[in-house]
Amino acid sequence: MWDYSDKVKEHFFNPKNAGAVADANATGEVGSISCGDALRLTLKVDDDSEIILEAGFQTFGCGSAIASSSVLTEMIIGMTIDDALKVTNQDIAAQLEGLPPEKMHCSVMGREALQAAIANYRGEVWKDDHEEGALICKCFAIDAVMIEEMVWANKLRTVEDVTNFTKAGGGCAACHEDIEAILEKVLAEKGEKFDPTAAPVAQPEKLTAVKGPMTNLQRIKKIEEVLESLRPSLLADGGDVELVEVIGNTAYVNMTGACNGCQMAAMTIAGIQQRLMEVMGEFIKVVPASEMSKLAQIEVA
Amino acid sequence: MADIYLDNNATTKVDHEVVDVMIPYFLEQYGNPSSIHKFADGVARGLKNARQQVQALIGCEHDSEIIFTSCGTESNSTALLSAIKAQPNKKEIITTTVEHPAILSLCEHLEKEGYTIHRLPVDKAGRLNIESYKKLLSDQVAIVSIMWANNETGTIFPVAEMAELAHAAGVMFHTDAVQAVGKIPMMLQDTKIDMLSLSGHKLHAPKGIGVLYLRRGTRYRPLLRGGHQERGRRAGTENSASIVGLGKACELALNYIEYENTTVKEMRDRLEKGITESIPHCFVTGDLYNRLPNTTDIAFEYIEGESILMLLNKAGIAASSGSACTSGSLEPSHVMRAMDIPYTAAHGTIRFSFSRYNTMAEVDAVLEVMPSIVKTLRKLSPYWDGDGPVANPEQAFTPTYA
Repeated sequence: MWDYSDKVKEHFFNPKNAGAVADANATGEVGSISCGDALRLTLKVDDDSEIILEAGFQTFGCGSAIASSSVLTEMIIGMTIDDALKVTNQDIAAQLEGLPPEKMHCSVMGREALQAAIANYRGEVWKDDHEEGALICKCFAIDAVMIEEMVWANKLRTVEDVTNFTKAGGGCAACHEDIEAILEKVLAEKGEKFDPTAAPVAQPEKLTAVKGPMTNLQRIKKIEEVLESLRPSLLADGGDVELVEVIGNTAYVNMTGACNGCQMAAMTIAGIQQRLMEVMGEFIKVVPASEMSKLAQIEVA
Repeated sequence: MADIYLDNNATTKVDHEVVDVMIPYFLEQYGNPSSIHKFADGVARGLKNARQQVQALIGCEHDSEIIFTSCGTESNSTALLSAIKAQPNKKEIITTTVEHPAILSLCEHLEKEGYTIHRLPVDKAGRLNIESYKKLLSDQVAIVSIMWANNETGTIFPVAEMAELAHAAGVMFHTDAVQAVGKIPMMLQDTKIDMLSLSGHKLHAPKGIGVLYLRRGTRYRPLLRGGHQERGRRAGTENSASIVGLGKACELALNYIEYENTTVKEMRDRLEKGITESIPHCFVTGDLYNRLPNTTDIAFEYIEGESILMLLNKAGIAASSGSACTSGSLEPSHVMRAMDIPYTAAHGTIRFSFSRYNTMAEVDAVLEVMPSIVKTLRKLSPYWDGDGPVANPEQAFTPTYA
């Protein structure tokens, strides 16, 4: 079974605000019954202050879908609708102390139900802007539709290209066969043939690999340089990374923004470590800064 | 009450007697069966005995028709790949839409390599159409692979009849019998089945041991080449402890086969009847008149399976579901889709699968909690209103696809 956080279980076993709000003036219905997840969110919004007075959910779905719906209603009651619109799916996931990568879409569904309900309140029609495909890369939660679109848009030709543009395949690498299958399919549609040895379409910014032993200062500078090069893709997901300390060959980092609370943070850290080792040509261990206190305790002892 | 395990089609508890016969092969007779010393001299005998115990359960003519493998999946892959390697001119395979992924994924892969895969559809009760099967048999077909019993619904396919038809057309016949062996009696020597896969952990043997039955004279190409083990048909040092364990498990299964079809079946029937009588808007899937005695698969409409499992788990009851969410995929079980079960029900299917370790008291304990679990979740469902589904549920709630 899934490794659900205690918070997810708490909201699933004792959901808050279940059921429809009696005299609701905003309703959002999103989800897909074929995928087995669908949610109706009803709100009562105060017309003068635009504050959400009541929120209720009705969800057809799994444990994390019900927990995401429940926690969402708790979060938005008392907010103005403008503030509520700022709630991201990462906020929902963080409030639940993280969701497994396969289940992040449950938090997306929560956010979209909220957008749909507010659009409904304002008399607008909400349109969803994404289509969900089969999950390909489990390390970074990238689905087939996303990869296909990127392959089309950027004329990608190899697995390496796909990893550079989407991060898919950049973790455990188990999905490389699936990514090759997508490349074969899309390239065939374009009348091309997949060639695993093709040159990368756009080289990611090349960092010069370090040769020979480094001083600690050189090491820190180089680590900063590598983190800088990885930052854009983290920012694209609403997250960031910050270097806190380097002791010997261990780099302590803080994962911030969306990375914080996402269960994929551990995978992201592993990816950063891999990249650092490639560039620096030596073993580097990347550890969350929260582990530093443990280190201090050991030293004291 | 102690926790209740009703997920025996997923895997089973290893019988204590099985563990007992295995232990000496870890601690005393741990020699390589190929070696000539006293650490190994009992192993060959142990393996031979196990082979005969498997032979007795499936009723094949010779014990040399038993090839020990690492699992059901390996047996399935070996069977299909052997058939196409041995008959390189035949480029078609016949199977069904409801096979286990161990067959379906392999077929998909072979399809990419240029093979034509005929997937027989099933009707709403999960049954095959034999007439359309007959029409597909030709000298172009390398192998037919049909499961003996379906893992989700327990529906039994007429494999003996289908093997006769294949044989008459000169086509090899394989059956994935992982769910059937040990639950229903079989006598392979009276059939035209050429190959059969079985898996130890489905019948109270450990995980990591399986068998490919290969009828004497069937053309064969090994998947793993190397040493002379299994007469060169499956190289690799024998998993002697597990083989001996599987032999014991087969002996026990044969002893219990009547119990399985009487007492175990009564437990299953009581649970099924109790649930369908006490809970509105639920139904049993599959072929009710032609099913494994231990399996029932019940669709609870308008709620989702993983939620049901989580609440069952909290109540100390283990079962499984065909919902998309339990597997992390985007579609409910392909078996439910193949039977054309509507999405609002397919996602809410729960499979209860029994073994000889279950008791009637456990059945009653499940019946005690099930109605309130379903009620709790229906209260949250947008398709449910008060005591029944909303009118025209498919129209009343039409979420935007997100």
